Amino acid sequence: MKKLLASTAVVLALALPVLAQDYTPDANAKPGGTITITYKDDVATLDPAIGYDWQNWSMIKSLFDGLMDYVPGTTTLRPGLAESYEISPDGLVYTFKLRAGVKFHNGREMTAEDVKYSLDRVTNPETQSPGAGFFGSIAGFENAGPGGLSGVEVVDPLTVKITLSRPDATFLHVMALNFASVVPKEAVDEAGADFGKKPVGTGAYKLAEWTLGQRLVFEKNADYWRPGVPFLDSIVFEVGQEPVVALLRLQNGEVDVPGDGIPPAKFTEVMSDPAQAERVVIGGQLHTGYITLNVGIAPFDKVEVRKAINMAINKDRIVQIINGRAVPATQPLPPSMPGYTEGYAGYAYDPEGAKALLAEAGLADGFETELYVMNTDPNPRIAQAIQQDLAAIGITATIQNLASANVIEAGGAGTAPMIWSGGMGWIADFPDPSNFYGPILGCAGAAPGGWNWSKFCDEGLDAKAVAADSMFDPTKSAERLAAWSDVYMGVMEQAPWVPVFNEERYTMKSERMGGEDALYVDPVSIPVNYDYVWVKQ
Amino acid sequence: MAAYLLRRLIQSALILLGVSFITFFLLYVLPADPVRQIAGRSATAETVENIREQLGLDKPFIVQYARYLGALVQGDMGRSYLQKTEVAELIQSRLPATLLLMAGAIFCELVLGLTMGIVAALWRGKALDQTLMVTSFVTVSAPQFVVSLLLLYIFAVKLGWFPIGGYGTFAHLVLPAVTLGILGSGWYSRMMRSSMVDVLRADYIRTARAKGLTRARIVLRHALPNAILPVIAMIGIDIGVFMGGIVVVESVFGWPGIGQLAWQAIQRVDIPIIMGVTLVSAFAIVLGNLLADLVAPLIDPRIRLR
Repeated sequence: MKKLLASTAVVLALALPVLAQDYTPDANAKPGGTITITYKDDVATLDPAIGYDWQNWSMIKSLFDGLMDYVPGTTTLRPGLAESYEISPDGLVYTFKLRAGVKFHNGREMTAEDVKYSLDRVTNPETQSPGAGFFGSIAGFENAGPGGLSGVEVVDPLTVKITLSRPDATFLHVMALNFASVVPKEAVDEAGADFGKKPVGTGAYKLAEWTLGQRLVFEKNADYWRPGVPFLDSIVFEVGQEPVVALLRLQNGEVDVPGDGIPPAKFTEVMSDPAQAERVVIGGQLHTGYITLNVGIAPFDKVEVRKAINMAINKDRIVQIINGRAVPATQPLPPSMPGYTEGYAGYAYDPEGAKALLAEAGLADGFETELYVMNTDPNPRIAQAIQQDLAAIGITATIQNLASANVIEAGGAGTAPMIWSGGMGWIADFPDPSNFYGPILGCAGAAPGGWNWSKFCDEGLDAKAVAADSMFDPTKSAERLAAWSDVYMGVMEQAPWVPVFNEERYTMKSERMGGEDALYVDPVSIPVNYDYVWVKQ
Repeated sequence: MAAYLLRRLIQSALILLGVSFITFFLLYVLPADPVRQIAGRSATAETVENIREQLGLDKPFIVQYARYLGALVQGDMGRSYLQKTEVAELIQSRLPATLLLMAGAIFCELVLGLTMGIVAALWRGKALDQTLMVTSFVTVSAPQFVVSLLLLYIFAVKLGWFPIGGYGTFAHLVLPAVTLGILGSGWYSRMMRSSMVDVLRADYIRTARAKGLTRARIVLRHALPNAILPVIAMIGIDIGVFMGGIVVVESVFGWPGIGQLAWQAIQRVDIPIIMGVTLVSAFAIVLGNLLADLVAPLIDPRIRLR
């Protein structure tokens, strides 16, 4: 009996943070109006189980909701379709209470059955979801198929119980991923493979029109369950617009946000014109650009060589090449990511010291190697800067300039000695330090075809990472972040990467756009958090 | 004639078969795995293998090709790997835009090219002729990316005569059609000039002149119709040239045609779309050449189809 009481107390404690924070929209915000966003490429799909590029990510966020969500403009979790949740003392059972009266765009009320259906669907191999792997900690994931996930149970129409096979501190973030969006079964069945073109969700907007290759129109969901939002009546996405052309149209007052950002060729011009620069919002991004050093290929198997290369790269100069649109990086995690190690200076630029280290490794005369790089600007120019830095310490690097798919292939196969990650660099799926480890630095990602292009695998660090991720208790979050900080310091000790820079985001908007700046550099909704922005006239 | 047509149709079918084989083979040997593009960076090895199996990409090349061809002859071009939409639907929705742009471009290049060619021929060897021929050389060699941005900047941004890219009205069509047309006009002006020069040297022109006809009448009634026909017959072949330029021009002007579709698909290794667009373009080129050959004897009775 005593034990039971104690565990109830824990449950209550864990349930508490749920209602703590929420967000107050801009008091000056006015409802109404339409904005125009442009993109170069057509939208691939709006199916939340499939969509996985930075273009459709925020669109899907506005059409669908998951159990969890983020406070706009921040990396702080808040409940979404779940009104509250409880975590069992062992961290293995999550019980979500759903909001009552939430309606899908087709008018039907959302229930716990829909949550189960959606999770079953995204993990069913037949769905071919690129995000299925995120749900690996749910019990029964290995046997997921048409029969569904055994770990997800419907308790009553407004309660879902999810049982995990291992404690997973990132699980609430996973429930906030687009892949965990709740979809209505009847709409998926009806549209079949075309659900990505005929999306039906519970989100702030619904799809009103999609003319392939030309435009998409999102219309305000008048029945949206969050009161007062969204503000805009509609959003028009015009696709097939070159970034340079989009910028000209913005200057002409025809476009509100160029979705592909400010084109590099126009960046200096825009930023040096005060009238234009004041409409640019700058913010951090959960991104790191790095050089991978393949520990499976000599002489990168020697830690001295990897450290020497870390010291040889002049990061400030590389940042200059991209017009200062980034900050030099010291470690794998970007500064805006929880778990970032403050005060760690990384490897300072020191070509002489680098030469000495090479000599120590018995390579005083340098060596020859290859640097793989994606062939779109500015990456080849950055690769040349790296090449020069390497030449200064006696290393001759040949540049392999390839299409991104080919670089990714060589990286996965482990045939590339060095890769500059530009254009393919890691952008976090969710704002948690674990997301920068497993796939790109952990042993799992080092398997053939994985994204760990250094093929770096330290089982000790892997064990630490697993331990950190089993610290599921939200009140121990600080300890967990400290554990992650240790993991990344351990990585830097062995130097499988040269962290080069963290890109900053520059979102340009028209004069009539309203809402606080944080909404325009929202860490999870790129480029803009559509649910909370508004227009002045 | 019927036998000729039949033989040409069989040849055309074989060419298309060859194109499909070569393209499919190139995409197969390409060192980029479409499954990785679909599966994304967080996929586990099982997910990757499972997708590969579902798409039949684990099968040997010849089986994959036979399956593709088998579906194709039944009119099924498959579904896009990444968008999951039917390729036929994607192409169908974009083809009208491309055809409209081509029609506009052909009109522009004929008007520009033929005028320049005729004027140059009539003032042969003079400064005007040389200026026009240098101009044509410039237009043929100017990169379309530059020309399109230049036109866009001057006529849409600075002067505001036309919309800045997009699709829908006649005004939207002008700049992209002119960009494509300028490229072709260089070729046409040179062909027109030499054809005109040849005709002007012909005996019947001398006869006409001896009859005392006015210069205008000689040029318009006797020389022009004869000189212009062989040039017109080139339009069919031109379609092939356009297919290359369309990718660039459609991208810059935001013209929702198949060139843009192809460009996006290539970046994402979306094989069904790349195959579909390639085959449709190849079909257009084959058809254009066939029509050019069929029209030739109507224009010049000395040509016989055998």
